[in-house]
This record gives sequence, structure tokens and C-alpha cells, in this order.
Amino acid sequence: MGTIWFWLVAIMIAIYVLLDGFDLGAGAIHLCVAKTDEERRQVLASIGPVWDGNEVWLIAAGGTLYFAFPALYASAFSGFYLPLMMVLWLLILRGASIEFRNHIKSAVWDPLWDFLFCASSLLLAVFFGAALGNVVRGVPLDASGYFFEPLWTNFLLGDDTGILDWYTVLVGGLALLALVMHGGIWVRLKTAGAVGERACRLASKTWWAVAALTALVTAVTFQIQPQVKENFMTWPAGFVFPVLAVAGLAGVRWFMTHRNEFRTFLASCAYLAGMLTSVVFGLYPMVLPARNPVYSLTVATAKAGDYGLKIGLAWWIIGITLAAGYFTYVYRSFAGKVAVDKHSHGYSD
Amino acid sequence: MGQAVNIHRLHFAFTITFHYIFPQLTMGLALLLVYLKTKALRTGDEHYNYAARFWARIFGINFALGVVTGIPMEFQFGTNWAAFSKTAGGVIGQTLAMEGVFSFFLESSFLGLFLFGEKRLGRIGHWAAGFLVFLGSWLSGYFIVATDAWMQHPTGYRITANGAIELSSFWSLLLNKWALWQYAHTMLGAVQTGCFVMAGVGAFYLLTKRNEIYGRTFVRAGVLVGSIAAILQLFPTGDMQGRLVAYNQQPTLAAMEGLFESQAGAPLAILGQPDVEKRKLDNPLEVPNMLSFLTYRQWRANIKGLSDFPQAEWPDQIPLLYYAYHVMVGLGTIFIGVMVLAALLLWRGKLYDARWVHWLLMLCVPLPYIANTAGWMTAELGRQPWLIYGLMRTSSGISPRVGAGNAWFTLIGFMGMYTILGILWLFLVYREIELGPDPGHRPSGEDAIVLAAD
Repeated sequence: MGTIWFWLVAIMIAIYVLLDGFDLGAGAIHLCVAKTDEERRQVLASIGPVWDGNEVWLIAAGGTLYFAFPALYASAFSGFYLPLMMVLWLLILRGASIEFRNHIKSAVWDPLWDFLFCASSLLLAVFFGAALGNVVRGVPLDASGYFFEPLWTNFLLGDDTGILDWYTVLVGGLALLALVMHGGIWVRLKTAGAVGERACRLASKTWWAVAALTALVTAVTFQIQPQVKENFMTWPAGFVFPVLAVAGLAGVRWFMTHRNEFRTFLASCAYLAGMLTSVVFGLYPMVLPARNPVYSLTVATAKAGDYGLKIGLAWWIIGITLAAGYFTYVYRSFAGKVAVDKHSHGYSD
Repeated sequence: MGQAVNIHRLHFAFTITFHYIFPQLTMGLALLLVYLKTKALRTGDEHYNYAARFWARIFGINFALGVVTGIPMEFQFGTNWAAFSKTAGGVIGQTLAMEGVFSFFLESSFLGLFLFGEKRLGRIGHWAAGFLVFLGSWLSGYFIVATDAWMQHPTGYRITANGAIELSSFWSLLLNKWALWQYAHTMLGAVQTGCFVMAGVGAFYLLTKRNEIYGRTFVRAGVLVGSIAAILQLFPTGDMQGRLVAYNQQPTLAAMEGLFESQAGAPLAILGQPDVEKRKLDNPLEVPNMLSFLTYRQWRANIKGLSDFPQAEWPDQIPLLYYAYHVMVGLGTIFIGVMVLAALLLWRGKLYDARWVHWLLMLCVPLPYIANTAGWMTAELGRQPWLIYGLMRTSSGISPRVGAGNAWFTLIGFMGMYTILGILWLFLVYREIELGPDPGHRPSGEDAIVLAAD
């Protein structure tokens, strides 16, 4: 039962990254690909009806994590206290920027929100990456099952490491680049004209950096977290996940050259999903590795009671099926490219 | 004050109080939007659609602020209340996860369609999208209230060997009697906020002689729905909620009423200042025997005072609890007066000319926000010193490794950020009210631009 929930939570987090990833990425490249007011409204319109629903996956994944693994939720959220609070502030700023920007047309109003939207999206991508880096590297858990990490210490991988060290910063950088690529591909898919062109060029250039950093981070990760290597040795079937990631990355290049926008986006999704599932597979059965492996939280030590988990499975399947239905309907309703001018709201009627 | 537990409490209290400004309006307005859309569908009168679009814009601003201030609430269970989450997450995680899975997906998906897709969906489709937004927001309210109700009156759980609290009956968690009544009472409070805001904006238009056709529609909708809600708020829901407290949280009832000594035929305090040191109520203005009657339906029934309970079981903020409760009840009574008066005038056909009632309605707009906040303060301060009533003390629920210094840092951060958000919110909503519902009065293309942003 615990293992089922381990994978269900992982899938929810992966869906969150695929979906909110493209609107975070679109935000991170906002100032760079869209120059005029009309272009900027194009970028915003491309995520307008969906960003909010995408973010719900974070809330739903958080809630599911909470109910399935209460001890993990308690330990991780209190341990990552400061960075999580900053993530919250950034999410607030970002939501407010998207929501407020188009209410008033003024030379002091729009640029301010454009800047905040871009900066908060960019920082969020780095923070989420660094958070993942922390989980992979392990945290200073002790016998109580709790820990507390300062934001940074000496940026080295010692015993008193902080949230940010060279490894987690590296993962944060990879996350940013991957989402910039993902966002660029999305904007290309949803917009026409100069914005789409610039987004496409940016995504194409970023691809090389993503590829290089993926190789580097993968190599380093095998050194830092021995469990990963062990798991791939024990269950070679798990290689399907990294293969998916590599195929996705190659697919991005291939479809980009062949100008198939939709398949490029799918390939980018495959890359992100492959990377995340590889990590999750590599950590199992740990849910939060400790620097001292004795204290690591595992599926067995962190999970809730079996009765609750069984009942949860019933309502979760119903709820997620419904949600999948809504999402399909919404994305189909807003299919096609956005076309913003002064008298339309971005979608032909 | 320097103790970490106090900062963590203040942290949650501040962020939840600010957060609840938004959902109470969205839940109330969602119902009224369905009312306006239904009117439009049944009468074919296009002005109801313009009215609905106007409120949808205000709804959109509120909804976004509700979302961004709501995410910190879920996070804080883990960040600030880790020991509580570790112990009880297996139970309350159920309702919190269900809120995300069942209501937020529904709400956010169809809000996008409701705001962006009016032409695309057609008349009935757009009505349906509005209805689903309403359904999602009201479901979300239920899951949250059920979570709080479990903390007030835990049911369907068992305690494991290592001290964790596990779910043992899903349905007694979900259909907790406390949750059903608290939900009805909470939602009526939200409906009243929606009604007072709608009627207040309508009254503002009538007083300034602008958008008068809309002004009348808003006043009418607000008063019709609001008068029913105001009465149901007191009876049966408020009455039942009070009796649940009286039977299950006896020290809480005594503290809410400022009753220090047990007595037969206990009076109901209307005014007075509790003096906790001397254990008495100063300057009391009381209705004799009333508390006994309200609680047990017997004039001479015995009610236990605080002195009958060990001090360790007393709520720790008795004066604040007492005032919160009295403010809630006092305002609730005023709402019945105002709404019933306006409803009578509406029935006699005199409401649209009664300027003094328009003034009254307009000036009442902030009051339901205060009443709703005071109501939640009554519930949460009244539960003290328990985090889960009878099972876990508040002081043992905090994150053991997050000290007062870090909690202060983020509390101050939230205070700064929410001050700015609050100002922006007032500014943008006021601007929408100024622009008004009439499409002719809006700058050209403005309507479309705003829709693209929402």
C-alpha cells in the first residue's frame, strides 16, 4: 500500500512539473521573448486560462503527500522551513502579477508586473530544482525524525550543509534551463509571430545547455547518492526511466528541426517525466534520505495507517479521473494559437 | 510572547485571517452569480448577463487572491505545525487532500471557462460553468470545515502504539455531526458577506445615481438572499452550533459567556468586561436565566462556570474569546435587523426610494467580514488549550526545530506582503466598481483586456 502511494505521489508531482513547468518557463522567458505590450499579452494569454489549474496540482500533490506520508510532510516541510516560505512568497507574487497586470494599461503598471512575473517564475524554477537536489543529496535528519537546514553554510557537502551547496545549486540551474526550454516550446506552440520565433530560437539554444548539464548532474548524482546506483543494479527494468529522459531530449531536437511544435512539446514532457521518475526510482524505498543513512525516512516509516490509505485509493481514483476529464476539456476548449489584439481576449470565439 | 508556540499561533492566525477575507466573498458571490445567470437564462434579459460579467470580474480578482493566500495555509501545517501533522496527518490529511482533488480542480478548471469562454460555451454551457464553479467552491468549504470540525470534535480515529492518530472510520470523519452544523453556519456567513457586498454596491449606485438599473438588481438580489441567510445564521445553525459547544466543550462555553461561577438559571451577558484575575464580569448587562434556557431549554438549568474546571483546561485568551463571540452575535443580530427591514421595504415596493436604507446597506459592507472573522476566532480560541480537542495540546503541536526567530522572520514577511496585496485588492475592486457593469461606460476594449487577464 505504501509503495502504491509512493508512486501515486510521484506521478502527481511529475504532472505538476510538466504542467506548471511550462507556465513557469513561459514566465522565466517573458521579458526576453516578448518586447511590446501586445507581445507580452500574447505570452500571458498563452497560459491565462490554465496556469491556475496547473498550480492546483501542487496543492493536490501536497495534500496527497500529507495524507499518505504524514511523517514525511512534517519532517520535510519544517526542515525546509525558510526556502518553502520563500517559495510561497514567490508564488504569491507570481499569481498577483499574472492576475493584476492587464487590469490597467499604464507605463508604470505593466512593466512592474512583467518584471515581477519574470523574476518570480525564474526564481521558483531554481528553488524547485534546489529542493529536489536537497532530497537527492539527503538532509541532516536525526533520531527524532526532524532536521532544520539554514539557507546556506559553506556551499560544501559536509555534515553541516545548508539548503544551497554546489550540488543543489547545480540542480537548480538544470531545473531553470529545463523549464526555460519547456516554456519556450510551449510559447512557440501557442503563439504566432515574433514571440513564437524568439521562443523557438531560445529553446533551441537552451537545448545544448540542458543536454550538457543533464549529463553532468547525472554523473555527480551517482557519486553523491549511492542508493541510486544500487537500485538500478538491483532492478535493471528501472533503466526505462532514464531511457525515456534521453529519448525525450533527443526527440526535442529531432522534432524541433522538423518543425513539429506539438511533438516537440510532448518530447519535452517526456524528458522531464523521465528525469523525475529516474530520481524517484533511484531513491526508493527512501522518501527522505538522511546524511546518516540510519535515520532516512522510508516508505514504511513515514506512511499513514493502512485503513486510511485503502479508503484514500478509492476516492483518489474517482477524483483524479474527474480531474483528468476537466483538464482534457479545458485544454481542448483553449486549443490553438492565441491571437491577441486590443479587442479580443486571446482566443477566437 | 517570546515563546515559539505563540509566534507560530500568531503566524497561523494572521495568515488565515487575511486568507479568509477572499473565500468568504467568492463562496457567497458564487451563489449570487448562479442566481444572476439563472435570471438571465429564464428572462432573456441581457442586463443580467452584464451584471454577472461585472461580478465575475470582481470574483476573478478575489479568487486569485484566495488561491495565492490559500497555498500558505496548507504548507503551514507542515512548516509550523510539524508535530501536529506527524501525529494527525493520517486523519486530517484525508480531508485536505480531498479538497485539492475534488474541489480545486473543479473550481479552477471551470473558472477559466467561466471567465474566458462565454461566447464559446453558449448560454446554457456558460450557466453550467458558473454552477460548477459554485459547486467547487462550496465543496472546498466543506472539506476545510470538516478538517476544523475534527479538531474541535474528533471522531472516527484510533491511537496507534507509537502515539500517532489514525483514521478508523472514513464516514464518521466526513459526516461528523459537528462538521455538518459548522458548515451550514460558516456558509451562511459567507453568503451574508456576498449579499452585503452586492447590496452595498447596488446601494452605492443608487445613491450616486449611476447604473441605476444595475443598482436595483444588486440591492434586490442581496436583500432577497441576504435576509434568508441572516435568519438561518441565528436559527437553527447558530443555536445548534452553540449547543454543540455547550455539550462538548463546557469550559469554552463558560469563557465565551464570561461565566466564572456555576449557577442554576445562568444569565446571558449582553455587555460587560471579563476580569479573569478576580473571576467576575465587570459592568454586566444581562438577561436573567437566558443562557440556561438557550442551552438546555430550561430556565433554571445549571450551567458550569469556569471555576468548576481546572485552570489548565481554560482557554488561554478568555477576554479575546469573550469579545470575539459577542461581536459575532451582536453583528449577526444587526444583520437580521437591516436585512429584514430592507426585505419588508422591498416587498412594499418602497426600497428603491428609501435613501436612508441605501446608506445603511452601503455602510454595512465591512461588517460581515468582521462578523465572520470574529466567528472563526470564537471557534479557534474557544478550542484552546487544545489543538485537537481532548487529544493534543496546542503547545505540543509546533515544529520542534523551527525556532521563534525563524517564525518571526516569515511572519513579518507575510505581514509586509499581505499589506501590499490588501491595498492592491481594494484599489482594483474599487476601480471595477467605478467602471461599473454597463458596457457603454467602459473604455473601449477594456472589457476584453480584463477578460484576458483573469
